[in-house]
Order: sequence, then structure tokens, then C-alpha cells
Amino acid sequence: MKRHKVRKTYKEINEKIRAGNVVVVTAEEIIDIVERKGNVEAAKQVDVVTTGTFGPMCSSGAFLNFGHPSPRIKGTRTWLNDVAAYGGIAAVDCYIGATEVVEGDPLNSIHPGEFNYGGGHVIEDLVAGNVIRLRVEGYGTDCYPARKYEKNITIHDLRDAMLFNPRNAYQNYSCAVNMSDRTIYTYMGVLRPFMVNATYSTSGQLSPLLNDPYCSTIGIGTRIFLGGTQGFVSWHGTQHRTQVLRGENGVPRESAATIAVIGNMKEMNPEWLAAASFLGYGVSLYVGIGIPIPVLNEEVVKHAAVRDEDIYVQIYDYGVDYPSGKAKSLGEINYKELRSGQITLNGKAVDTAPLSSYYKARQIAHLLKEWIEKGTFFIGEPQQMLPGC
Amino acid sequence: MTTPYSKKVVLRYTPDIVDKPIVCLLAQDFGLTFNILRARVLPRREGLLVLDISGTKENFDRGIRFLKESGLKVEPLSKSVTQNLDKCVHCGACLAFCSSNALYVDKATMRILFDAEKCSGCEFCVKACPVRAMEISLL
Ligand code: SF4
Ligand code: SF4
Repeated sequence: MKRHKVRKTYKEINEKIRAGNVVVVTAEEIIDIVERKGNVEAAKQVDVVTTGTFGPMCSSGAFLNFGHPSPRIKGTRTWLNDVAAYGGIAAVDCYIGATEVVEGDPLNSIHPGEFNYGGGHVIEDLVAGNVIRLRVEGYGTDCYPARKYEKNITIHDLRDAMLFNPRNAYQNYSCAVNMSDRTIYTYMGVLRPFMVNATYSTSGQLSPLLNDPYCSTIGIGTRIFLGGTQGFVSWHGTQHRTQVLRGENGVPRESAATIAVIGNMKEMNPEWLAAASFLGYGVSLYVGIGIPIPVLNEEVVKHAAVRDEDIYVQIYDYGVDYPSGKAKSLGEINYKELRSGQITLNGKAVDTAPLSSYYKARQIAHLLKEWIEKGTFFIGEPQQMLPGC
Repeated sequence: MTTPYSKKVVLRYTPDIVDKPIVCLLAQDFGLTFNILRARVLPRREGLLVLDISGTKENFDRGIRFLKESGLKVEPLSKSVTQNLDKCVHCGACLAFCSSNALYVDKATMRILFDAEKCSGCEFCVKACPVRAMEISLL
């Protein structure tokens, strides 16, 4: 076990939050502090570093319980504004997935499809308090005789609405280009032929998991900012992995850890949960997530002070390589270069554009900082670390 | 030179001239043809017309000058692309599509800003924006 000069416990940090003398800075602000004072001094001074991300996160959705009508119904098929929700859970429970497209959508039959409405939009409409048409079909049982049920509802009429996203907040992600000779429409946005543009995701130096590369403080039970309210890390996310290419600073240079998150959708806000329509690809959901990193020791603060220029991503061709399942990296680039708006790849100038909002990520980090300073948000101690962490 | 020329324009009428026959003179006096793409002309109120005008470049310029002299406000249709700030999440996905730099990042705040003056009206951003914040508004 490593000896640290500074040691703080979750309990001590939460005591400080309670007492109102906790020192919180954002993942941007910590960069300067560590530069000026060094890791040890910074760790003594700062108790919590807040992070944020706001990007399209496909693996998202919500468990809804719409309550029994009379007569009761065992819903097997459920729609919300004509978007199918999965009903094979229990009589009046369903799961609405962010990427489900509205019934009757022309999809990509007229390519590229526009995908104007889907599960992400249902979630945004619910959170905004808008009226939704609920339609349920059942086959009728002795205990649940009804076969059809239709009603206009808002989120307030639902007994329960839990946002549960099986894979969010990817620790790093790739940068996408298109080397083919035609425009392609992907979940990484529209990519023009001959490598005219490149897209990337994650908020880099502000991104939650990039500020804790080995997930030493983020685990099951970590309290987080989710969609404008307090939620939790409930498990590792699907496709989570830790045996990845890393830089000398320990930061993954390709997609690595992920988290599954949960929170009460009734407390969420459309400002932090917005539907997205990707031309030619489909529907998704922008999710706002912020994670506080408790400064337990100087190593934690060192990692949290990571900057855009020290975080590298791999560039992949989404024109041929990626769809064929044989993606090989075309090279590496860091976030500072990506954020400059132009990179050079194979001697060619390529315009870059993000898919996630740095502006909103920064707002989330500041909001979370405010909550902790005000004493309304406490650090959740992980009950178990993520696999491989 | 009589190379064919065609352009979409937005015409705005003020209440005092909305009842006068002006647009029909484009055909009569300037030899231009036009399609009405959108119209909202009500007696004694502000009106709006979106026209697709074709003819020669020379006649087009003369016709536009005539419209302006008659008291109409004339703008290229592109002026009507707007950024709905209630919807925009400032993701930046539109940036790579805007070759005229009408959409740009404010480096201090990292907000994505829109400069209508620079917009060429190509409308690439309209479908590229995942939250449909770039709108073509004609009214
Ligand atoms: S793509 Fe749309 S939401 Fe994103 S910055 Fe541009 S206008 Fe705003
Ligand atoms: S219409 Fe074209 S020029 Fe105007 S903002 Fe959109 S992409 Fe830029």
C-alpha cells in the first residue's frame, strides 16, 4: 500500500460539508491550483473536485409504473406517444428506451432519415411535464381482465419514473472520420467524405471518469448529479473495461470504464435531459452527469488535475473500417487539438466538431460545486468498486 | 448576357403599402418569373412573401431595386435561419457544417453562437443539429 502525505476519509469530507467549510473546485479550476501549489498542498487545501459531462448517451431509458386502471390490466404492449415501451416486466411496469423510434417512422427508407421522435423525446417530454398519450394492450387474465387502456398522462400521473441508464459517461471515446467517398450518417454525427470533418465526444478535462482514471473514488453507490437531480452509480456500465491502452498519467487512450446510473426522473429537468435526433442514424438522449471526486489523497488530486492536452483519443474511420468491425486506429490526437477546431491527419487539415456540450458540462460542474458548498449534496462512499478498479 | 438566374427572397410589406399591386409588376415590367413559396398578406397589416424569382441577373437586380424603392423590405431567404437558444445545448455538432463561420464557438464561455450576417442560408446545420435548434423561420 502506497504511503500518502495527505489522507482524508469520506466521513471527514462529509463532516466539512455539514459544517459548511468544505473547499470545492471544478475539474477546470483544480488544474491551476495543482500547477501553482503542487499535488500535496492542493490535496490539503481542496476537499472535492467536481466534474461534468453533457453528451448523447444512447444506452439510456426509464422504468415507468403507470398504476392500475379499473378494471385492472396486465399490460403486455405499451406505447407512449406511439413509441413502444417494453412491457414484459410486470402488469403496469414498462421500460422506455431512449433509442426506440416512433411507430410508423419512415426510418432510413428515405435516406438519411430524420428521426424526429422517439424514446428520448418521450423522456424529455415527460421530464418537461408535457402530456403524453399512454396506450396499453393486455390479453386479459382473471385478476387483470382489461385488454385495452388509453389515457393522457403527465409524469405526475405516473406512480414511479426511474431513469436507469445501463451505460453512461464513457471514460474516453474515439474520434470519428470518414475516409470513404460518400457522406455517412452515424451516431457520431454526419461525416463528410475524404476526411473533411472529424467528430468527438466527452468533455475531456471536465469529464467525470477521465478525472479518476482508475476509478479509485467512483464506484457502486457514488452519489452523482443526474439530469438535474441527485442520482447514483448503481453498477458498472455495460461494455465496461479497464485493461486498455493508457498514457503515462494513467488516463485511458481509448474507450474504457463506463457506469450504470439511476435516479428519480420526477425530480429531473429538461435542461439536463434533452432528446437528440441523429440524421440517418436515429434517436438518442443527451444526459447531464456530474460526479464529485473526493480528494482522499494527493494522488486523487493529481489525476483530477488532468488537462485536455494530456488526454488522447484514437481516430477511427467510420466510412469502411468501423462498420465492417475491423476498426484500426489511424492515429492519436489530444483534446486540446480537437477543441481547436482543426487537426492535421495524414497531412490533411480536418475540421473537428464535438458532440457533447462543453458549455453544459461546465455548468454541471459549477452546479454540483454549489450544491456541495450549500450542504445539500453529500459524497456517497462507494459500497464496492467497479470491476478491475 | 442572359444567363438564367434564380434566387429566393423574403419580402416584407409595411401596412401602408400592403394593398398596392407591386409584385405582379416584376413579371410585367422586368420579365421575371416567380413562384410564391409562402405568403401572408393581410389587408392593412404587415405582410410577408417568400418568392423564388428567376430571370436574368440584370433584370433580377433591377426588379429588386424596384421593390426596395416601392417601400418593401427585401432580404435573401438565408436571413431567416435562426438559432433557437431555448433548444440549443451548445454541443457544437453544427460547427463542421457551417462553411461560412456563421456558427462559431465563443472560447470564453464555450457557447455556440450564431452570426446571422454571415449565414449563407445553406441550411446544412438545420438537419445536422440533433436537437433541431437551427430553425428556418419565415415569419
Ligand atoms: S448542433 Fe444544435 S444544439 Fe448543437 S450547438 Fe449547434 S445549434 Fe446548438
Ligand atoms: S444555414 Fe449554413 S451558413 Fe447558415 S448557419 Fe447554417 S450551416 Fe451556417
